[in-house]
Amino acid sequence: MPVPGGSRRAAGHHGAGAAVPAGKMVAPGALRVVRCGGSPRHGARAVFSNDSKYLLCASGDFVKMYSLATEETLRLLGGHGGLVTGVQLNPHNCMQLYSSSLDGSIKLWDFMDGIPIKTFTVGHKLLALYALASSEDSVFVVVPKSSERDTFQLVSVKLTKAAGQDLEAKELSVVLDSVDASPKCIAFGRAGEYVASVKEVNLQVYFFKQKQLNRFSVSAVKAKSGNNHFTCVACHPKEDCIATGHADGKIRLWRNFYHRKEYTFSTLHWHHDTVMDLAFSVEGTSLLSGGVESVLVLWRNESDYQKDFLPRLGSAIEYISMSPDGAFCCTLHTDNRITIINSNLRFSKSIQGLIKSMDIKTGLVVDPRTKALVLNGEPGHLQFYSLQSDQQLFSLDIVQRQYIHQAGLKQVDLVKVAFSAQGKWLATVEEREEVTDPELQLKLWFYDEETQSFKLNTRINTPHEDHITGMCFRDMDESEDDSLLLVTAGRDCVFKVWVMVEDTDPEAQQSVSWSCDFVGSYHNYQATNCCFSEDGSLLAVSFEETVTVWDSVTWDLKCTFCHPPGKIRNICFGRLTCSKYLIGATDYGFLCCWNLLNCALEWSAHLNILVLQPDPLSEYIAAVSWLSKESSLFVFKPNEPRPIYIQRNLCKEKIQLAAFVPRDEPEMISAEKYLWLRRSQLFFLTDTQELMTLSTKSLEERLTPASKQLAVEEGLLVTPFSLLFGRHRRQQSQEDLGKLAVHNKHWQDSPAVKELLHTPAHVLPSASFLCPIFINSLLISKENKSAEEVSDEVEMESENTEDDSDEERDAAEMEQEDTNPMELLGETICKLSKSQDKELRKIRKMDYSWISAF
Amino acid sequence: MGEFEVHRVRFFALVPAGVRCLACLPRAARLALARTDGAVEVYNFSANYFQEKVIPGHEARSVEALCWAAGERLFGAGLSGEIIEYDLAGLRVSRCVDGGGGPIWSMAANSSGTQLAIGCEDGSVKLFQVVPGGIQFERNLDRRKGRILCLSWHPSDTHIAAGSIDVLRVLDVCSGQTVKRIMVNYHVQKVKRECIVWSIAFLSNGTVVTSDSFGRVQFWDWEQGTLQESHTVSTSAALSLAVSEKEDSIIVGTSSGATYQFQLLPVKMGSLEKRWVRTKPFQHHTHDVRAVAHSSTALISGGLDAQLVIRPLMEKMQKKGYDAVLRKFTFPHRRLVSCARKARLLLFQFSQHLELWRLGSTEETGKDGQVLPLCRMPEHLLQLKSKGPEHIYCSCVSPCGSWVAYSTASRFHLYQVQYEGNSISVKKVPKVPKLLLPAYQLQFSTNSDSLFVASARGSVHVLQLLEPGGCKHLHTFRPPSGSPEAVYLLASSADGHWLAAVGGDWTIHIYNLKCFKHHCTVPMYSCAVTALAIHPVTNNLVIAYSDQQLFEFSIPEKQYTAWSRMVQNCGLHKVWLERDSPITHITFNPKKPSHILLHDVYMFCVIDKSLPLPDNSALLMNQSTLKQLPETARHRQLHAFKICKKFQPLLFADLLDENCLVMVERPVLDFKTQLPLPIQQKKFGT
Repeated sequence: MPVPGGSRRAAGHHGAGAAVPAGKMVAPGALRVVRCGGSPRHGARAVFSNDSKYLLCASGDFVKMYSLATEETLRLLGGHGGLVTGVQLNPHNCMQLYSSSLDGSIKLWDFMDGIPIKTFTVGHKLLALYALASSEDSVFVVVPKSSERDTFQLVSVKLTKAAGQDLEAKELSVVLDSVDASPKCIAFGRAGEYVASVKEVNLQVYFFKQKQLNRFSVSAVKAKSGNNHFTCVACHPKEDCIATGHADGKIRLWRNFYHRKEYTFSTLHWHHDTVMDLAFSVEGTSLLSGGVESVLVLWRNESDYQKDFLPRLGSAIEYISMSPDGAFCCTLHTDNRITIINSNLRFSKSIQGLIKSMDIKTGLVVDPRTKALVLNGEPGHLQFYSLQSDQQLFSLDIVQRQYIHQAGLKQVDLVKVAFSAQGKWLATVEEREEVTDPELQLKLWFYDEETQSFKLNTRINTPHEDHITGMCFRDMDESEDDSLLLVTAGRDCVFKVWVMVEDTDPEAQQSVSWSCDFVGSYHNYQATNCCFSEDGSLLAVSFEETVTVWDSVTWDLKCTFCHPPGKIRNICFGRLTCSKYLIGATDYGFLCCWNLLNCALEWSAHLNILVLQPDPLSEYIAAVSWLSKESSLFVFKPNEPRPIYIQRNLCKEKIQLAAFVPRDEPEMISAEKYLWLRRSQLFFLTDTQELMTLSTKSLEERLTPASKQLAVEEGLLVTPFSLLFGRHRRQQSQEDLGKLAVHNKHWQDSPAVKELLHTPAHVLPSASFLCPIFINSLLISKENKSAEEVSDEVEMESENTEDDSDEERDAAEMEQEDTNPMELLGETICKLSKSQDKELRKIRKMDYSWISAF
Repeated sequence: MGEFEVHRVRFFALVPAGVRCLACLPRAARLALARTDGAVEVYNFSANYFQEKVIPGHEARSVEALCWAAGERLFGAGLSGEIIEYDLAGLRVSRCVDGGGGPIWSMAANSSGTQLAIGCEDGSVKLFQVVPGGIQFERNLDRRKGRILCLSWHPSDTHIAAGSIDVLRVLDVCSGQTVKRIMVNYHVQKVKRECIVWSIAFLSNGTVVTSDSFGRVQFWDWEQGTLQESHTVSTSAALSLAVSEKEDSIIVGTSSGATYQFQLLPVKMGSLEKRWVRTKPFQHHTHDVRAVAHSSTALISGGLDAQLVIRPLMEKMQKKGYDAVLRKFTFPHRRLVSCARKARLLLFQFSQHLELWRLGSTEETGKDGQVLPLCRMPEHLLQLKSKGPEHIYCSCVSPCGSWVAYSTASRFHLYQVQYEGNSISVKKVPKVPKLLLPAYQLQFSTNSDSLFVASARGSVHVLQLLEPGGCKHLHTFRPPSGSPEAVYLLASSADGHWLAAVGGDWTIHIYNLKCFKHHCTVPMYSCAVTALAIHPVTNNLVIAYSDQQLFEFSIPEKQYTAWSRMVQNCGLHKVWLERDSPITHITFNPKKPSHILLHDVYMFCVIDKSLPLPDNSALLMNQSTLKQLPETARHRQLHAFKICKKFQPLLFADLLDENCLVMVERPVLDFKTQLPLPIQQKKFGT
């Protein structure tokens, strides 16, 4: 993917001074596909930094660094060309990190600054990485054996000390043959004296000093207890003890394994299914284990009777890691969640981005209120995922039933979700997967301002006789309640219209409830899709091969469209200037556009469209096609049959879902090709549940805000007390010291000084170069001072206008370079009066894009 | 194999008594076991764990502790307050000494076997000197409140550790004083519960190991009085523990039926620091494991579910094979059933009574595997209660069904049973001759006119039965060289000519009944005889040994038969030799002289001498595969052993007539339901 050079976007000074974002011209660069969430964290165990302040974990092709205090992503260490399979702190320098990847390279990072120090090219796919304190200049990796397929070996790689960034590391020596590819299946023992590896029913222990290899095995198949294959291994940090996890849920503790004959093991058994990972505490007094039960088990003193549990962790535990000081433990879950657990087995924090659910049936929906992406989360839950912060905002329990993990058990799951235009109403459909006679429930939720959450308003059992295939609200912006309608289309050959009625039941707590108003059908065909036109006057319902258009007031069938062959897969109305068009995609690879005024086919194109997504704020429609193992994106306006933008080979994976998310403010895009990205951003989800978006910005630009936060955070520890106290003191000093305070503030604000102080020394330019900049920054210019004084005055009164500053903060995060780091901490200092601010915002929201056309 | 009409008998309501205590004879391969009914058994490890000796119990004499002392003398002590010495040659109690401290809960012998310490109800520990011909009271050690439940000598014999309720004490043997008192209480949320120290062991390094009612195994430093390690092995009580001779391994039995092994393992490779680590858990019992023992190669446990489990330690085994097999013994290695072939009666022997049953009958015939409807149900004819507190040693019913004999430790009873239509009358034969008691085995002659009584010192009495209801002592056979051991197995020939008798020294003597003369001795074999019988046609004596070897000895020719030599040359099948339960009964089919019918607990076998022996590559249990083969191929696959495992556990099998078998089964589940309920344990998924 080409990275455009020089497209750093300088943001405007918000606040005092310029009213309009200083719209620097953006150099036209190619659109790049950016992964923005949901990358599987399945590469390896997470690693804590030595001071237990940061957590580093592999996430797709990146290594993510989280702050344990704020749960935020601080850094994204990118540079690997394949999945990251191992992260390990450099045992000889705790500020450095090794990472290995499928692209065959080991990188050494300075993770505090996010700088790659060295890259060692090994040349094989690396499947796991282990770094030992006892081995001076080599690390251990798992590589595939060159001669045989699906066999792997543990090799030690000598990392040369030569100068230069890119080095070759070809000095490999095989330690163990035929090991498992999983990083959990190898563990190094006490002080690196031995290495244990498990595969299927065999355990091998290799002693480095004695050069002795011992093999043990458990009996292959026991009819009674099922599969007892090894799944993971961990070594006691202080004693000669190896813990192994098995597929039947048992944990075996092996001792005396330097004797081939007199070895012995004891068994701990609580898990009913595979033990996914094991970890010893730092002192080795307790053992942690996890599995699909989503319960973390703490075994004390290797006893079957002294165990503690931390249940309800949400989903299966995939990896467990301990912090070096033993204060925390971290579990990585199969749904991409990270849980931080205190040493006393109390839940501490959860870092969750996009939760990976078993199957996304709801599609990608945008919550109009929070602009969050809404989709299936945990089983039976709806997750609200904030795109800005890559965090889950909240999870709404729709099904409200205990999820039981059991193979073959049919669970009730959420299949459809729809929001009304203002986000006041939420409709959900849940069903139990049965071939015949599915158990269906339609629920309508009302947004409760007080509790800031959705509240169940109406529950309708069996709204349709068969699966519901489509659902939409009639979204008319003004006076929502009167005209609010919900339409559901079902495979039972009808569509139903639901309206709100006054609740007559005096005991009911709410004033309104929903009931069925109209049932429509067409020639007994299965209804497959439904959608309303922009003004809400027309409803289009597709019945297999036919699209029917209904008047939404009288429920008369207005007209029908048909473009055989093929059933209708997707339909949507055009918007704004193109609202007279209806677009449909069919099974046999046709994209049709019908004119509603003359009821004729305007144009059609031969494309296998999987996703058809109109932008709610413009007339553009995005269509994603799937052809011969690649997805392509087409963006078009319905009124012209020629697409505006085509991107072939968008990604290798099948794209299942897409959504336009409205931007807070229009982005300045000059190139006509990308104008469609101005108002909204397109997000799409692949079948591996990776969320991607299209961006014109380069990678570095996107990452800068996060890395700046790190510098702030390093400076001071944020506690409620320090926040309160710090603010108070600042105000005081500003009042008392007057000009001096201004000085001080200015000095802190200067980008030159900040760069000087916060950039690591080894990447700084020479001092002679920096000196004039530094000196300049200390000089006080006259006009600047007055501006600062003005802002100081208004600071006090704007303290309680937080709702205003909220939005401001969002904007602030988009800005960069010159913003005060304090603002990023959430203490936005609003420098304008309320009325001024409103005016400013109005101007900003105006669309100046037309200027760029000239 | 031939087809048989089978009486499948399941009405023998035997409930074996639970195992109360175990004692391993140090450095010798013997294990003494006491059951809750007071019976004492001795297992011989070198004879493939054969139950060599059985001393039936006594109602008033429970056994709480067993120990070996002064060589191979076996002592028991119980709640009757007496210390009992057993006569293992004569299979009876040789003498009793009152302990003088109320019920005795525990007893231990010192390492040299010269002194016995007993722990009594009154809290005293008493020392007894083991002297030739008995024991002598030596002295009382410091008496404190609380019964002494367990005792252990320090290997240097200077100290004794005694476990009581809430406390363990260490006593100095010389001064007799309590030198340390350690509280082992257990406090749960300020509620103090009683902590019973069930078992104790004193290690040579000064560590005292206790197992208590809270399921803990604790290691104490007795001199400091500090707790070194504590391992919770069970939510219920840890009842028993035993230490290996090298003191590197401990076995613990719990009331949940699980046993655990603790091993003393080095913490790090090459370092001297060692720690006790719980290693292997075994769940072989369903009920309390009241007794455990640690032999040099195996973990042995006995539970209230009457099972004796011998679990060999694989790491101590040189090779995998016969010795490395897990063994479970539930039923005695001897016959408790006798059958009157002609009258179709079965006599069941219980510990204190006998039951006589008449078999059911049918008139229908059916195909293989079919269950035939009965036209007459089996009938419980008679229950004979033994008088007095003593348990029954042996019993027998005559082939004609009109005589029933049994013996206890001090009495011999002979009854005549008369059938008049539906009514049955039992008449005790008066004035039975005064014999050397007890009798260990009774056997009626085939024509029911004489009774052979196996007795102590290798002697066999021959009684002549007289109508109406009388008997006369005809002769007493004694081995020519004399023997101190009791005779425990008898076999008489159908023609009334020969009698074979086996004593505790495993020599088989054959006597001529016509001229009351010792005929010959079968060549010595180094293993215990588990069953023997004389062929009715050829008068060949067939002998089964506990190592699963079979011999055929021709009595008239005084030598092994050609078939027997052939068997020894070829060797028996590997699978046959690896069976772990001994053959308990041998019988013959008079119509098919080449057949030998024999059984153990798990199988019934017909050996056809006319067929070739199987070699090790052939399938031993091939009955089901044979059925599927065509006629010609089947002929090639045939071999001498025809094994049926349909009836399990099989306590008795006999041939009634040419094609009619009786099989007495005792399904384990049937008697498990009669045991007290085990500790409730939650089982996952229920």
